[in-house]
Amino acid sequence: METKKRIAVSEKIYTGPANIITPLGFSTDGNFNKLLSGESAISRHENSWMPHPYFASVIDEVLLDKAFADVSADANFTKLEKMMILALQPAVAQSGSGLNKKTAFILSTTKGNITALEQHDVEKATLHQLAKTIAGFFKFQSEPIVISNACVSGIMAMSVAKRLMQSGMYDDAFVVAGDLVSEFVLSGFNSFQAMSDAPCKPYSKNRTGVTLGEAAAAVYLTKEKTKASAEILGDGSINDANHISGPSRTGEGLFLSVESALKEANISSEKIGFISAHGTATPFNDEMEAIAFNRLSLGQIPLHSLKGYYGHTLGASGLLEAVIGIEAMNRGKLIASAGFDEIGVSENINVIAQNADADIDYFLKTASGFGGCNTAVVFGKVI
Amino acid sequence: MGTSLYIENYCIIESGKILLDGVEVFSSDADSFADFSKEALRHFTIQYPKFFKMDHLSKLAFLGSELLLKDLSGKENTALLFANASSSLDTDINYQSSISDKENYFPSPAVFVYTLPNICLGEISIRHQLKTENSFFIFGAFNPEFMFGYAENLIQTQKAQRVLCGWTELLGDEYKAFLYVVSKDGKIAHTIENLKALYEN
Repeated sequence: METKKRIAVSEKIYTGPANIITPLGFSTDGNFNKLLSGESAISRHENSWMPHPYFASVIDEVLLDKAFADVSADANFTKLEKMMILALQPAVAQSGSGLNKKTAFILSTTKGNITALEQHDVEKATLHQLAKTIAGFFKFQSEPIVISNACVSGIMAMSVAKRLMQSGMYDDAFVVAGDLVSEFVLSGFNSFQAMSDAPCKPYSKNRTGVTLGEAAAAVYLTKEKTKASAEILGDGSINDANHISGPSRTGEGLFLSVESALKEANISSEKIGFISAHGTATPFNDEMEAIAFNRLSLGQIPLHSLKGYYGHTLGASGLLEAVIGIEAMNRGKLIASAGFDEIGVSENINVIAQNADADIDYFLKTASGFGGCNTAVVFGKVI
Repeated sequence: MGTSLYIENYCIIESGKILLDGVEVFSSDADSFADFSKEALRHFTIQYPKFFKMDHLSKLAFLGSELLLKDLSGKENTALLFANASSSLDTDINYQSSISDKENYFPSPAVFVYTLPNICLGEISIRHQLKTENSFFIFGAFNPEFMFGYAENLIQTQKAQRVLCGWTELLGDEYKAFLYVVSKDGKIAHTIENLKALYEN
């Protein structure tokens, strides 16, 4: 009986100060304005990483180093570490957090410093080591929590932070997510013949596959409404139990994840202002999402994928897209789904073709990935 | 102050031995994990051809979950909560070697897919048809405080009825797995102290 009372399930958890590091800019504001003007970070690359030219969204290291020099004179950080530190820095500075043992630090990534394996540096490639490096920079006191759940990692990290805070284990949390474009992931996606020969076109009949990208995103989570940008109302992360390298044809895991998130949020599906979907631009993924959203009566809700702007930033994508989504909700903007022209899925979905103004009280963020994983989170405006 | 949740059963896989609820049920002299896991599969007469396509981390997680879940009834809403220290590095190193030498370049999708630690959760979900909450974490060492708190939260918030928890650490031929089921049934109280004691067996 005591145990049940201790778990304050209904305690409100909010997102607070956040920041994103992408090729389009090193601030949320800067990124959002570029999205409004329709700019994409995807460009053509030609190097030894791939047997042929490819498209990717890559952060300029000269610009990154210049920005990093304003934060630290220490040059002993990898590109990914610099991105993560730059993402976290303003969030930490603006949070007013005491950074004590009750402040969680959650890091999301799929491959971390995987390029260290090129020099056979296994220690450096260890994800816990990456988390310790970032935690050390900010002097976080709690044991770092690393989440590595394929392409849902970024949004799952936020869901996990919310759960840990609601259960009383932590008072507040910093969540950071990041991944790089590397020979490792390029060759892997290429081996699946999943890479697009042009910038990716989610949900389009003319799509030819995935474009990879790199980014970092950071968000502070708090129980204090005065610091809030959005409320996290509900979440779910349910497996398809179907296939390890492809989504369920019926979208079962995504369907169940959204259902779980909506039930906890206690809102009906028509209240959702827009869906920030996964939209990798592979036929299987896009089709699966269209089926799942229709099963949930979400077929008419405006929807976008941001992959046409940033590519698929793997473990960063869910958090990056959630930060953009919160900004879109608070500014009342529906962002067009870049690369979309003719509908290329069998069920009706309402892909946002042009930027538009709208009153948005709630939005849904979803992601799906290898291993059959899915995550859905419902966000609400702070009233 | 007590807890309302219990450790229903548990399994340890380490140094060529498998213990179920503290009792040794299998041991082998095999030098490699590959041979050890193959012998274990044969010993428990598990018929599952997909096993042979899995990477070592998935095989380790699969074996432990097989022993714990096979006789459980009403396991539909069993969440998976797994963690380790080395993520998928065992397969990452293997995959890296397939792309390092341009003269001998053979990236394989069948290997690449296992360069994500959560793939083992997909394998377990498919085997036991668990359309449930699942997540994979990485810590420097077994973290009973976190595992306890997150499993309790999943059940208390009714996101799951049971949680199959697993510490599945593997790199090269070094491995240690500690898996256990948390639910409202059982004899061992679900506490941080008990998790520590069982892990250290």
